[in-house]
Amino acid sequence: MKIRLENICKYYGQVKANHNVSFTIYPNSIHGILGENGAGKSTLMKILAGFIPKTKGKIFIDDQEVEYNTPAQASQLGIGMLYQDPQDFAGLTVLENFMLGLDVPWRLNFKLSLQQFLSYCSKLGFYLLPNSYLSELSIGERQQLELIRLLALGVKVLILDEPTTGISGEQKRILFQALKQLAKEEKSILLVSHKLEDVESLCDRVTVLSNGQVTGEMSAPLDTEQLLAMMFGQKVKPRSEQRTFPAATTPTIEIKNLTACQNRVCLRNCNLSIRPGEIIGLAGLENSGQELFLKVIAGLISPEKGNIQIHGREFAGQGQKIFLQNHIYFVPTDRLERGLFADLTILEHYMLVFENDHFFLRPQKAYPLCWQKIKTLKIKGYPQSLAKSLSGGNQQRLLLSLLPDKATLLALEQPTRGLDIESSLWVWEYLQKFCKQGTAILFSSGEVEEIFQMAHRVIVFYDGQILLNKEISQTTPKEVNKAIAGKVNHA
Amino acid sequence: MPNLSSTLIRWILTLGLVFVFTSILLLLTHTPPLTTYWLLIKGSLGSLNKLARVFQVWVPLILCSCGLLFTFRMNLWNIGIEGQVMLGAIGATATLKWLAPFCPAWTCLISALFFSFIAGALWALGAGFLKTKAGVNEIFAGLGLNFVAQGLILWLIFGPWKRPGIASMSGTKPFDFSLWLPTLHNFPVWGIILAIICLGITAIIITWTRLGLELKAVGLNPFAAKLYGLSPNLNTLLAMTLAGGLAGISGFFQVSGVYHRLIPAISSNYGYLSLLVVMLANYKWWPVPFICFFFACLNVGSIQLPLILKIDSSLSGVIQGVCVLVFLLAQKVNLKTKKQIN
Repeated sequence: MKIRLENICKYYGQVKANHNVSFTIYPNSIHGILGENGAGKSTLMKILAGFIPKTKGKIFIDDQEVEYNTPAQASQLGIGMLYQDPQDFAGLTVLENFMLGLDVPWRLNFKLSLQQFLSYCSKLGFYLLPNSYLSELSIGERQQLELIRLLALGVKVLILDEPTTGISGEQKRILFQALKQLAKEEKSILLVSHKLEDVESLCDRVTVLSNGQVTGEMSAPLDTEQLLAMMFGQKVKPRSEQRTFPAATTPTIEIKNLTACQNRVCLRNCNLSIRPGEIIGLAGLENSGQELFLKVIAGLISPEKGNIQIHGREFAGQGQKIFLQNHIYFVPTDRLERGLFADLTILEHYMLVFENDHFFLRPQKAYPLCWQKIKTLKIKGYPQSLAKSLSGGNQQRLLLSLLPDKATLLALEQPTRGLDIESSLWVWEYLQKFCKQGTAILFSSGEVEEIFQMAHRVIVFYDGQILLNKEISQTTPKEVNKAIAGKVNHA
Repeated sequence: MPNLSSTLIRWILTLGLVFVFTSILLLLTHTPPLTTYWLLIKGSLGSLNKLARVFQVWVPLILCSCGLLFTFRMNLWNIGIEGQVMLGAIGATATLKWLAPFCPAWTCLISALFFSFIAGALWALGAGFLKTKAGVNEIFAGLGLNFVAQGLILWLIFGPWKRPGIASMSGTKPFDFSLWLPTLHNFPVWGIILAIICLGITAIIITWTRLGLELKAVGLNPFAAKLYGLSPNLNTLLAMTLAGGLAGISGFFQVSGVYHRLIPAISSNYGYLSLLVVMLANYKWWPVPFICFFFACLNVGSIQLPLILKIDSSLSGVIQGVCVLVFLLAQKVNLKTKKQIN
């Protein structure tokens, strides 16, 4: 089945998530969609799978124009999507899950379904026990089940969204083999990824997206350098030179052989020393470990192994309070969900955080402080405004204003995500004041540009490991981008 | 004040709907609605004696509701409040039984008040620890403990504390008159004073102290609370302690002010009823006394219905339930229209 996209656009207000995207997916081939976080890959795939409507543009299947608005309509046309998180039922067995998605008669025929199921398994080289419960399966195995289910539904175009996240190397090998097998059988496969490695080893043809637009196409054999240029462009500007680098002092925080796990993300043997006044940018693909690293450093998650030494004292596994007492603070990126109290007023936030040694609340005492903070930080709101009524930029201002004046280390999760330029600049001005007092700052960012503009040092995480750790002056955006995609120059 | 008028409209609407629904129900059972309402009013407010009975219900409802104001503030569903009332009653009975031979009556009563608080609080802490240490939902823990508490009361009444001669469902042997909480023309004055003091303290803690703010903050966002050094677990236990303690005091009142002994149905379902009260009060303290009064009137007024109209006295429960459901409905509708405006 041949699918042609013509000038697909998707606008969210002013934001152009996709703009005039056109390309063709041929049968018997594996087509890669490559792009960094936020390039518009997911939006495009959701349009194709019928999850969200497009603003403009046309989709042709075998040169016939088609219109569809729901996933069900898409799957009737033979388009199916394999999600990053499998959409299945943990309390049911593998076979029951398989049957659930199919159009089976009301009286279940287990024998027939079992035969069907096993024939798919043997064809694709999957090894799944039909009677085991889903909760006993790994992510990779659940993905295999989902894939079989889609095929049994008669899907001819298969969309895979970051299929290699969180699965083992062996499972990846099996998956790729199965995909190659399927491509031989008239299926068209669309692989969405930001991992160069996956795309290179699998795809016959690659379309690169950047900022919602197609920036290039390439057929196998693929050229890494060229792909990187298409992905990231030349947009990384030379950094401003006014930054003051911290004097080479002894590190305040030493992290050794850190190993920790949360959900599907694991850190393995991370080492880092942080000097006072240093700004360190953490780069990497989503779920590569940078956010987990921040949480572990702030004591929110106890490491399984390894040391965290602050001023020479061992802190790992001692609970979060002791990190707070040593002025190590974590600032989450989703302000309202994890950083603020949606139904408390600005005044109540300040009373909660700063007035902590009196039994009775003293709003009349906190009021002047509150006004002063609102004025100096230019928060657009009143002491009685609820946190949830503030705009994103003002929520970030409120969140940062709750930090004490003195800090040893700030661990910030994507501090400027979703903010406009003015607010982002304000955030960095505010943070740099901390640095001048000797506070070390660790922040994660989805934008390499931001790291090169603000940080003294860059650390790249890939699959839970630190792949690159260099002073900004000794590296280039190109090298960092390569490391983000999992490639390092072993010089 | 658009806020006040909209609240008023909502209340009028709610009460109107409650009226309509209950009337339909009554008509379906071939009972004249107006007569029923008249009997409800006469049965609760018709005489000073009846009003005194209303206050006997009002006091434990207020005490339980105060406790629940703390737990609801933390987003905890302390359904175990029923068991906490029972434990308070057990604590009070035990203290009165054991101390009576040695101490003057007023010492006994004050000690009983104290130990009922402790007993209720400890029972609530059981559910609290199950939640913080083992991750058991407080609803299941509380419900389980309610059954255990009920079993414990039955065992005490038919076992160690049985009446001399023969054990019976009518409870333990009544206390000596000197251990009855004094009344004034049948009005439980001491109970009313106790309830008002507890409501006052609750209101002050919730609105004007750091503890109240912390409970609210932790309930709103436990993750963020941890970032600012607040402990969600500690606050959970604290809220449970306060709720259990206040429920325990209402158990004390049931024992020393109403029944003057331990009976199997000592909690009279006031724990469950106060869950409805606090929900109806929209988790604020100031409507609590009024709603408690309304519910107490319904409870007392419906007692005579079976005799006169040959309908079941559970009608009061039906009206109370309809009240809450309609109110929650009205609130949802209100929220939706607000969202549309935004």
